[in-house]
Amino acid sequence: MRSPGINDVLLRVEGVSLAFGGVKALTDVSFDVRKGEIRAIIGPNGAGKTSMLNVVNGFYHPNQGSITFKGKTRTRMQPYEASRGGIARTFQNVALFKGMSALDNITAGRTLKMRCGIFWQALRFGPAQREEIEHRRRVEEIIDFLEIEVIRKVPVARLPYGLQKRVELGRALAMEPELLLLDEPMAGMNLEEKEDMSRFIIDVNNHYGTTIALIEHDMAVVMDLSDRVVVLDHGVKIADGSPDEVKRNQAVIDAYLGVAH
Amino acid sequence: MGAVMAVGGSLDTFPKLLLRNAAQFGNHAAIRHKDLGIWQTWNWAQVLDIVRAYAVGLQRLGLKQNDTIAIVGSNRPKLYWTMMAAQMVRAIPVPVYSDAVADELSYVLGHADVNFVAAQDQEQVDKVLSVLERLPHLQTIVYDEARGLRDYDHSRLRKIEDVIADGRAALAGDGSLAAKVDELIDSGEGSDTSIILYTSGTTGASKGVVLSAKRCIDAATDTVSFDKLTENDVALAYLPLAWVGDHYLNYAQGLVAGFCMACPEGPETVQQDLREIGPSYYFAPPRVFETMLTRLMIRMEDASAIKRSMFHYFLKIARRHGEAILTGKTVPPSGRILYAIGRMLVYEPLKNVLGLSRVRVAYTAGEAIGPDLFVFYRSIGLNLKQLYGQTEAFLYVTCQPDGEIFADTVGPPAPNVVIRIADTGEVQFKSPGMFVQYFKDPAKTAETLTPDGYVKTGDAGFFDEKTGHLKIIDRAKDVGRLKDGTLFAPKYLENRLKFFPNIKEAVTFGDGRDFVCAMINIDLTAVSNWAERNNIAYGSYQELAAHPLVYDMIGRNIAEMNGSLAEEKVMAGAQVRRFMILHKELEADDGELTRTQKVRRSFVADRYAALLAAFYNGANEADISTEVTFEDGRKGRRSARLRIYDLPTTQTPADLEKAA
Repeated sequence: MRSPGINDVLLRVEGVSLAFGGVKALTDVSFDVRKGEIRAIIGPNGAGKTSMLNVVNGFYHPNQGSITFKGKTRTRMQPYEASRGGIARTFQNVALFKGMSALDNITAGRTLKMRCGIFWQALRFGPAQREEIEHRRRVEEIIDFLEIEVIRKVPVARLPYGLQKRVELGRALAMEPELLLLDEPMAGMNLEEKEDMSRFIIDVNNHYGTTIALIEHDMAVVMDLSDRVVVLDHGVKIADGSPDEVKRNQAVIDAYLGVAH
Repeated sequence: MGAVMAVGGSLDTFPKLLLRNAAQFGNHAAIRHKDLGIWQTWNWAQVLDIVRAYAVGLQRLGLKQNDTIAIVGSNRPKLYWTMMAAQMVRAIPVPVYSDAVADELSYVLGHADVNFVAAQDQEQVDKVLSVLERLPHLQTIVYDEARGLRDYDHSRLRKIEDVIADGRAALAGDGSLAAKVDELIDSGEGSDTSIILYTSGTTGASKGVVLSAKRCIDAATDTVSFDKLTENDVALAYLPLAWVGDHYLNYAQGLVAGFCMACPEGPETVQQDLREIGPSYYFAPPRVFETMLTRLMIRMEDASAIKRSMFHYFLKIARRHGEAILTGKTVPPSGRILYAIGRMLVYEPLKNVLGLSRVRVAYTAGEAIGPDLFVFYRSIGLNLKQLYGQTEAFLYVTCQPDGEIFADTVGPPAPNVVIRIADTGEVQFKSPGMFVQYFKDPAKTAETLTPDGYVKTGDAGFFDEKTGHLKIIDRAKDVGRLKDGTLFAPKYLENRLKFFPNIKEAVTFGDGRDFVCAMINIDLTAVSNWAERNNIAYGSYQELAAHPLVYDMIGRNIAEMNGSLAEEKVMAGAQVRRFMILHKELEADDGELTRTQKVRRSFVADRYAALLAAFYNGANEADISTEVTFEDGRKGRRSARLRIYDLPTTQTPADLEKAA
């Protein structure tokens, strides 16, 4: 079901190690993310999954190793450079502007796309207004895509958790990213919310052609959604391959999956 | 108005009406839809242009006269245009409830021998594809929203937009085609089957009600002039497409009067869209009016003390004078002044919040409406009326004329409708819009039509002596008797119970039994709010429903009803003695409700047989384990132990006499 051209590597992580003082979060981890795929990163708690995402989007700087994104290798990248370069993410614990409406939150995701200076924006006239209308149209498309019309003007603090997660996904989409990092998009959701979210992730991948790297603990979801899976344990990569390969890997079963009872 | 009068005669099909509307009200808005946050408008001339192209496109895909095309989805312009385009090529649209699960869908689609399906989105396309092998006649599925469908096999799938574009290209390429379309429209006859509407199946499998074009138009013409609807009116088209109400109130009346149908952004946004559009003509089932009022009351509880007391004071004024002012009766000047102040401070802002500011005529039907509820809306100046009808009548049998409105009757016969009450107490009617037959079911048709051409409604009712208006008690076959011979009308009791804000649904039992028992569904909005105020913690619906204080509260409600029943001679013996609160809401997905949200009592009795037995063997508790169907069609089990409460009954005057 994947489109061709999937073999181009979008992101390559090579020999990345990260330590906080004496704590080794990541040790010599290498893997790649190909253009257009859904790549899952799994592993037990404390395995270094979120650290890995933080390294990818420039929030942490690895002690060793390199990150190659779209053919450019960087060792020290700032988060804003990552976002400009086309990497967007969502967070494990929803990080939205609680007092702002869903619409405003998603519009915030377009800040980096704004070309007019602050002066024009303050005047909201001429080119700034035209640009804002265009941005609003893109935001409305995302609202339509995520089916959150009904909460467009509701402050996100008043929304249930599942919907907040959806708004956060919307904000990430507003950046029109090439690589979307999702940190536990389905944590704390009920069955129906999970199914909805899975559907949206597939649709994002399918419709916008966005490459997705996601961390998730729900194995059923991971195995269904992803094309390839990386498994981390104690900061070390212990497996990498298709969901089926990973499921059969003894090291993964011992460290994380366990056996079916 | 002149235009309305001209209807009938040569304008005997909907495509002909569309031509007239494009010629007469070309620049008037015909349909609106909120898309990407902005209301998009198409005028009648544009609609005709689109529908023409669409009809040609469908023809080129192979749609012919007398083919059936199912329409599955919510209220979208493209789906309404599908109806118009199908009727233009003299094919028959068959709208289907969009929330139907695949099984129900396949029954209707199979029974109607559909050749085409118009689906709203991926969800509906998936459902149709999943039952494909049961639809031997199906040629092509057309869809509105492309999202998620890109990788599907497109050998039998077409985007509606592409079909329209194809038709438009064909019309541009071949000059004679336009004339052929006109000829086709002209050849349409009033006796053509205009639409097949499947009933919701309150009683068993759903039946396909065949309606003819001329009858539909005649019926709509009568009510358009009855309520003086014109091309300047606006209605919010949010009711299920497959329901006669939507087809009649929006589609048929819209085409006859030339008014504008506004399609909401989605089913969840109806309340917001209602406010934005401010319709002048509005229909909602009692349930919706009730929800609105409940929400309003809850929000008022949170208002400041000044606002709250102002609200309650002016509502009292409204109750005293509102109805009289609305119907133009004499009111003392002091009352008029107070009401005018109230209108400025309370009633108008209230209607504005509800989106009802511009409503000239509002209707409700389908279920009995609580008298308090009805009086509330009328007292704040909303011209809310009731009608009684059914699919077989193309909706209406009776409707309330301005100035003759009573909460407990459904009004006199509508224009050109003849009603008689059979010896059995059953209401029978003849009306301009009455159905032709049930599709492929002559036996059922014969059963429903009397030899002299009346339609049996299956409802028991009588004409009120004072007003001459019709009163409906219950489904004729549901009216039963207790063991001691007391009349037992379950719906009558259930409606009385549902008038309490805390009770969402009630099912009563008693036919052939010693006394009456009731199963209750609490109203989550009202009861959870009450729980919050009283510091009652709960984790789930089930937990809240089983809470002793909730039981006490519902018990008080039922006791109150028993008290008022005691004053009614006929019904006094049918007081509720025992009740329980169910652990789950009754759901259409589980088959407990029809798609129009009516209780299927016999189904509930079977499903909860264990609970029913416990009612009558004196037990105080009962276990139940039921299968539930999730939205995606998967099944699971839910079990619970439910308590049964006993209630004191209020003595009737007759009892007291006996005792003395």
